[in-house]
This record gives sequence, structure tokens and C-alpha cells, in this order.
Amino acid sequence: MDRIVQTLVDAVSVGGLYALTALGIGLIFGVMRLINFAHGELIMIAGYTLILLFGQPIAVAMIGAFVAAIVLALVTERVAFRPLRNADPATLLISSFALSFFLQKTLILLVGSRPKGIDFLPVLGRQIDVLGVRLQSLQIVTIVVSIALLGGLTWFLRATRFGLQMRAAAEDFRMARVLGVRANRVIAIAFAISGILAATVSCLVVAQTGIVQPRMGLQLVIIAFVGTVIGGLGSLSGAAIGGFLVGVATILLQALLPPDLRVFREAFVFVAVTLILLFRPQGLFPARGLRERI
Amino acid sequence: MRGESLRRLWPLVALIAILLAITLVASLAPDVLQRRATQGLVNLVAVVGLYVFVGNSGVLSFGNVAFMAVGAYVSALLTMKAAAKSVFLPDLPGWLAAVEWPVFPAAIAGGLSAALLAFLVGLPLMRLSGISASIATFAVLVVTYVVLGNWTSVTGGQNSLMGLPIYIDVWTAFAWAAAAVAIAFAYQETRSALLLRASREDEAAAEATGVHIVRHRLIAFTISGFLSGIAGVLLAHFLGTVRVETFYLDLTFLVVAMLVIGGMGSLTGAVAGAVVIAALTELLRQAEIGVAVGGVTLAAPPGLGDAILALIMLLIILFRPKGIAGGKEIAWPGGARDAPPAKRKGGTA
Repeated sequence: MDRIVQTLVDAVSVGGLYALTALGIGLIFGVMRLINFAHGELIMIAGYTLILLFGQPIAVAMIGAFVAAIVLALVTERVAFRPLRNADPATLLISSFALSFFLQKTLILLVGSRPKGIDFLPVLGRQIDVLGVRLQSLQIVTIVVSIALLGGLTWFLRATRFGLQMRAAAEDFRMARVLGVRANRVIAIAFAISGILAATVSCLVVAQTGIVQPRMGLQLVIIAFVGTVIGGLGSLSGAAIGGFLVGVATILLQALLPPDLRVFREAFVFVAVTLILLFRPQGLFPARGLRERI
Repeated sequence: MRGESLRRLWPLVALIAILLAITLVASLAPDVLQRRATQGLVNLVAVVGLYVFVGNSGVLSFGNVAFMAVGAYVSALLTMKAAAKSVFLPDLPGWLAAVEWPVFPAAIAGGLSAALLAFLVGLPLMRLSGISASIATFAVLVVTYVVLGNWTSVTGGQNSLMGLPIYIDVWTAFAWAAAAVAIAFAYQETRSALLLRASREDEAAAEATGVHIVRHRLIAFTISGFLSGIAGVLLAHFLGTVRVETFYLDLTFLVVAMLVIGGMGSLTGAVAGAVVIAALTELLRQAEIGVAVGGVTLAAPPGLGDAILALIMLLIILFRPKGIAGGKEIAWPGGARDAPPAKRKGGTA
């Protein structure tokens, strides 16, 4: 019983992390049809900021991480993506791929490629009793934070003016502009939010693993990408659910597979994804208006 | 009429002549430089392999390095001495442990295995929209990496396989590079490739005129898988070792960067990218080693080369998205006398 609950909590917390990552990617794809590889580097820069500010009060370090991720998100939008706003998605994809590697390699140039250890938020490593089951408090925090952010973002998108504009832009960018939505502002807000999501994920991952390394973001992002694709590119709830499902599937396979097959769990997840795509090439929750209209 | 066909074959002839010239110069150069040129030609095969799919379909693939890995491992397992295999891979199935193939059939087997994998994963993936397909190819890379890195009884897992016959020198590399360029050129002259390029220019219009996009993408992906597999074989038998780590993100980045910088839209671009980046990498490598100036060695910090390569790729995509070659094939000398007046839009071939 204990193990089942523990595995489920584990699965939900990892699913939450991937949902947040996939959402950050899905948000940007929604407003500008950009698959943002560099989202991983937002996670990375937040992690390295935590290292840089280690020793300062936790709040200072975390604020620093959020500011770094948001600033980097806004700068990359301005420098690498705004000039290509009218380019086709393939060109944008290459641009973000190049940007991602540029940021990663520059970081390696500056601080080296070796992973760095950090004991961030050791409080969260403690075990707590929940209804007679021992759980790690970090997992509970991860789940709570994920739900809170998903809820907050849903509220933002549904109930605020900018949220409405963003959804309008995601549905039909040109039409939204014609109706008076300011493109630059909406896109900048989307990037800022993706920075917030990335920094959150970074803090949680660093607290969990205790390691910061140049590729930490890319690994998360690749799996989250797959989540957005099975969710249905262009659909925000699809991205969140897709990311969540991939995360949950990874952990469940880890628990259920016989030990000598466990190392292949990503392979199993991705094969399952491929099978889903075979039957639903547009993803589980296809977005409206994604197909080019003539 | 003969002039016509020569004119049609001109890009192929010119590209192979350029490669031949480079190889000739390299074969007279010192050993170190010769090795660099060989490595450059191996990379060129990888870039040409990627180009066959990406250039003709307009869909970016991040999965071709997985096909390189498959080619490399298949050829390694077929050519290694049985004695070496019993050391590195004691758990290998008996029939595989005993085989010792000559290098050429093993190379072809490597290429064909990679092509088969490309065909099988292409069946579902090519049905996706372009951008989803690109991401899905990334998943192919990850899955291959995970499987090869953990299938210890057959691949040795995280350990290197050593003792492969080293037969790739500058001339064999040239022969394979010329063959790869010829295959890519022959393919892009086919009707299937022409239809695929039509879908690249305008997917909706191509579909409306009856082009079966999925089928033509799959054909290109399979041929691309074959050439990438060959590139992997060459790399394995150039280094003499195979390690799963070789065939992952860094190599993917390098190959994609070469294609983007050269220009994805033409075979000339693929070749130009490989040649220019090979030359540039060599210069940066020299800079990292350093230059002695009056007893003091001035050296660039290690890792600078990678950062600069990424920066160049970024600048190219921002300011010259069609790359060095601009999406055109190498021009017939003496100009385009009887080409239509230069009023066409874009200028992609």
C-alpha cells in the first residue's frame, strides 16, 4: 500500500514538472508558432543563478533565479525571434536550436561543463507522514506548486485582458492584431511567463537532484516537447496534459518494469507516443486553426 | 543535346571536382592535416545524408545521427575480430560473435540497417505535420541513444567498442563522399524528389494537385537514413572505436549547423557547409592550441570553437536564412544565357 501511494505521488510530481515545462513551450508556440529549444536554457540559467547566489538568503537566490530566467527570455525574444516573426516555423525552429546551443556552449566556455552540486532547500528533503504514508515533502511541494501555477495561469488566460488577448493571438494572430491586440506586448508577456515557469521548474529540479549542469534544461525540454506533440501542438491544455502524461508514464514504467528493462523506460514511453501518433497524428487534443488556411 | 545533359549534370561534376581537388591537396599535406581532411569528408557524407531529407522536404530532422549510430554499430559488430568481440562483448549471441565480414559488405549492411530503421520510424512520423515531425525525430534520437547505451550484451552499453579495422583514409573517404553526393544528386533529379520539393514550397497547393506528400517524404527519409548510416560506418572505421556518446547531441548540433550554414535548399549548400565548417573548425582548433608570440603562448579558451559555431549558425539564420549557397546549385560557368529573365521570386531551385 505504502509503495503504491509513494509511486503515485512520485508519478504525479514528476508529471507536474513536465506539465509546467510543456506549458512554457506550448505558450510560446501558441503565440508565435515557435518551438522554443532555448526554454531549456531558461531552466539552466535559473539553476546557475541559484549556484551564484548560494549563501544568500533563499528568497534572494530564488528571486535572482526568476529575474535571470525572465530577463533571458525577453532578451532572446528581442534578439533572436522578433526579427523572424514572419518566418516559417521551420526557420524559427532552427533559430531556437542554434540559440539553445549558443547559450549552452557559452556557459560551458565561461564556467566549464562539469556538473556542480548544490544543497538547495535541504528542508524539503525531509520525510513527512501523510495519512500514515511516509512521503518526501519536496514531492508534495512540487505537486502543490504545479497545481497552483496551472490554476493561476488558467485564471490569467481566462479572466484577464492580457490573457484574453493571448488566447486570441494563439487562435489567429493576424486577426488579433487587426482587432487591436499589441503583438509585441502579448509576445513579451508570453515569454515572461515562460521564464517564470522555467525558473519554477529549475528550483524544483535543483532541490530534487542537487545538481546543476549545462544540459539540465535540454533533457527536460526534449521530453516536454514530446508531451506537447501528443497533447496536440498549439493547444495549451493539450500541452499541459501531454507533458503530465509523459511524466507519469515514465515513473510508472520505472516502477512496473522488471529491473533489467527499466533502463529502457524512455524508449518505451516514446514508442507509446509514436503509437498514439499513428492513430491521432494531430495529437490527443488537436488545436483549432493550426492548419494553414488558404 | 550532349551539351544539355552535361549542363544538367554540371552541379554533380563541379562538386565532385571540388572534393577531388581538396583531397589531392590533403593527400600531399602532413599526416595531421590529412586526418582533418578525412574527418571533414566523413562529416560531409553525414551532412549530405541529412540534406537528402531536410533539403527536399523542408522538414528539419534531428534524428539522422541515430541512423549514423546504427550504421556504426552494425558495421562494427560485423567486422570486429571474433577474438576482440569475445573480450568486449562476452554475451553476444553466438552467430554474431563468430562473423567476420569484409569491410565493404559490412558498410553496405550498416547503411541498409539504418535505412530500414528510417523506413520503420518514418511510417508513423511522416504522417505528422512538418513541425511535429521535426520534434518526433528528436525522440528517435533519444530512444536510439537510450537503447544503444543500455543494450549491454550487443553494444557494450556505455563502454567503447575498440579494435575496429581502421580503413578510412583520405582517399576512401573521398570515394564515399563522391558516391554520397552522386546518390543525393541522382535522387533529387527524380520525379519523387521534384514532387517533394513542390510540397516544401507550398504544402497545401502540392496536396491539392495530388502529390502524395507522406509517400515522398518517406522515400526521402529512407534514402537519407541510408546515407547517414554510411556516414556512421565511416566515422566508426575512421576512429577505430565506437562509443554511444559520440552519436548524440553534439554531433547532431554539428551536422545540423553545417547544413544550415551551407544552406539547406541545395546539394551545393550541404557540401559548402561541410567544407567551410571543416576549415573554420581547424582554424579555431589552432587558436585553442595557441600561437607562440615571443615566448608567450596566446591561446583561445577551450570550448570557444563550439560557441562560435553556434553563433555563426544563429547569425546565418537571422541574416541569410538560405545559407551560404542561397538555395541554388553551383552555376554553369559562362552564366545563365538562356535561363529565363531574372524576374522569378525567391530564386530557390
